[in-house]
Amino acid sequence: MAEPGGKTTQRLLLGLLLAPALVWLIGIILLPHLDLALLSFRERSGPGEFRWSLAQYRTFFAEPLYWDVFVRTAVISVIATALTLLIAFPIAWTIAKLTRGRLSALLFAVCLIPFWVSETVRTLGWMILLRETGVLPAVLVSLGITDAPIEMLYRDATILVGLVYTSLLFMVVPLYSSLESLDDSLIEAAYDLGGDGWTVLRTVVIPHAAPGITAGCIVVFMLTLGNYLTASLLGGKNSLWFTEQIYTQFITRFNWEQGAAFGFLLLALSSLMVWLGLRLSGQKFADVMSRT
Amino acid sequence: MTRDAVFDLEAKSLLKRFGAHTAVDTLSFGVKRGSFFSILGPSGCGKTTLLRMIAGFIQPDGGDIEIGGRSMRGVAPNRRPVNMVFQQLALFPMMSVGENVAYGLARRGVGRAEREAKAQAMLERVGLPGAAGKRTDELSGGQRQRVAIARSLVLEPTLLLLDEPLGALDLKLRERMKIELKQLQAAFGTTFVYITHDQSEALVLSDQVAVMNAGRFEQVGSPQELYYAPATPFVAGFVGANNRIEGRVSALHGALADVTTPEGWVVRAQIQTGSDGRRPGVGDAATAFVRPEVALLGRTVADLGLPATAPGDSAARGDAAPMHEGVVESLLFDGANSAVLLRETRSRAEFRVALPQTGRYADLKVDERVLFTFAPERAVCFVTGGGAPVGGATGSGHG
Repeated sequence: MAEPGGKTTQRLLLGLLLAPALVWLIGIILLPHLDLALLSFRERSGPGEFRWSLAQYRTFFAEPLYWDVFVRTAVISVIATALTLLIAFPIAWTIAKLTRGRLSALLFAVCLIPFWVSETVRTLGWMILLRETGVLPAVLVSLGITDAPIEMLYRDATILVGLVYTSLLFMVVPLYSSLESLDDSLIEAAYDLGGDGWTVLRTVVIPHAAPGITAGCIVVFMLTLGNYLTASLLGGKNSLWFTEQIYTQFITRFNWEQGAAFGFLLLALSSLMVWLGLRLSGQKFADVMSRT
Repeated sequence: MTRDAVFDLEAKSLLKRFGAHTAVDTLSFGVKRGSFFSILGPSGCGKTTLLRMIAGFIQPDGGDIEIGGRSMRGVAPNRRPVNMVFQQLALFPMMSVGENVAYGLARRGVGRAEREAKAQAMLERVGLPGAAGKRTDELSGGQRQRVAIARSLVLEPTLLLLDEPLGALDLKLRERMKIELKQLQAAFGTTFVYITHDQSEALVLSDQVAVMNAGRFEQVGSPQELYYAPATPFVAGFVGANNRIEGRVSALHGALADVTTPEGWVVRAQIQTGSDGRRPGVGDAATAFVRPEVALLGRTVADLGLPATAPGDSAARGDAAPMHEGVVESLLFDGANSAVLLRETRSRAEFRVALPQTGRYADLKVDERVLFTFAPERAVCFVTGGGAPVGGATGSGHG
């Protein structure tokens, strides 16, 4: 008799422990998404009247602007993710393998410091640096590199710089933890058996760090794809970022149905890209998630 | 047979400092082709630094290393004719066993079909046929060890370095792998340089053993030489079990000396010249070493096969081995390695005596009075501490 009772208690305890997570999952993520999903399949047929339709999705494919912005957002996000990986890898390597103790902690702090101020302030900082009357164009003029101050804002390259800057930490952390766990003697063994720097990187370091690389790329790609502030502030009104389109539909046009459809398309896109990334790198989702 | 005279590894005045600490102190030695050479020493003696310098992972501060007669100055680790078996083996977990063995061949640009065939053949030679497709974590500790060796030997290196590869294994497996390593080395004929802190590994495996301490070699010799004729007190104390008796030389008898402890216990032992060239003379502080298995135990004088005289009265009995007396402190049963720990009556010093394999003294009791003796020729004595004052010898005047 005691045992079933014990089991019930255990189950109750488990339920209580899971409750906050479930409330969060169902109340804040699942329900709004369901509502948005329903919304995205509706069409206004008259004042205060709605009917089911695929019109919102049809609009997306029929209007080249939406499609172009969608592809452009995806491509820039992929480039930003790749750039972040290229920059973060040497940083993570330095922290994990070349430095110890205090210096290693200091380098981590340096990566973290930009996150002590809000994203808005950080992005405005970039604007002060890059705008026509800003610091960097003035420096270029005084160095004689350009004749007149050039406008560095509102360019794709500027958006990329901002996105990479914002994402760096989220790449460094998973890379660091996967490189940290790499036994130094494996690297030495690979050298000892005749490998050079590049082959050791290709055959030992990258395969070992693959789950960390994938995890970092997924996080950074999702953050970049869903980024609103950096793209709209550094890219200006015509940055043509897909989250801006969603914002416009919801807030400016008050077309919630269209916005919801765009939101789901973005979700589908990011899911597709993550799936592709996992497929191409031969990783398993559970492995990768345990590394993040 | 001129091959025997060829050195596969030669170190010339090799020096490495870390800050103020000298890890390897102007070391010169040669390792003959085809031999199994061990470097035995306590942790921190510099043996790992030495091995890593040979492999090329650490640059020496002075001197040179020649491998196969070629200077290794400025040669990167991946260009040296040397391979290493790492302490934790360092098998690549992201590759199969076959890919691990073929790794070095692939780096040399050997084609896929050829390197796979070679890896298969090598795995068969180390007794792992059909393991090529397995993951490294599917293998047992001993099998992993063999893969690590196969991975290196497939490259036919001039020299195979082994960094305490048995350290991580449990005792039973370690005993078996010792035999396997020796057989592998004999079968391949590759020169092995093996570092360990385990004297049993060094003695069982090696043709030559270098005992290393504080960056220098105390003695280089065959296991038998190290065991029976240690050149320094350090070697005597480090290789095998030894009873250590400190005192002053009270008398000389040709090649033998009487070492008298402060309490007046006299131990007679063979005089050894220390590494600094000093031989103990009368009045010098000296340390005697007596191996537990050299000593003979008895309840009566007749048991020891000695003429009946008082214990410790060596002068009266001329050439006969001196007899000593002790009280059983504890019995250390360990099968074939069983011993008894005595407390010598006069000096209260601990003295370990191996028990005979016949089981004759299996009935010894704690606190029982026993006699023991040993042939002085099989014990050794040195000048204590190479001239440095040693605490144990200061009170000798009171004896």
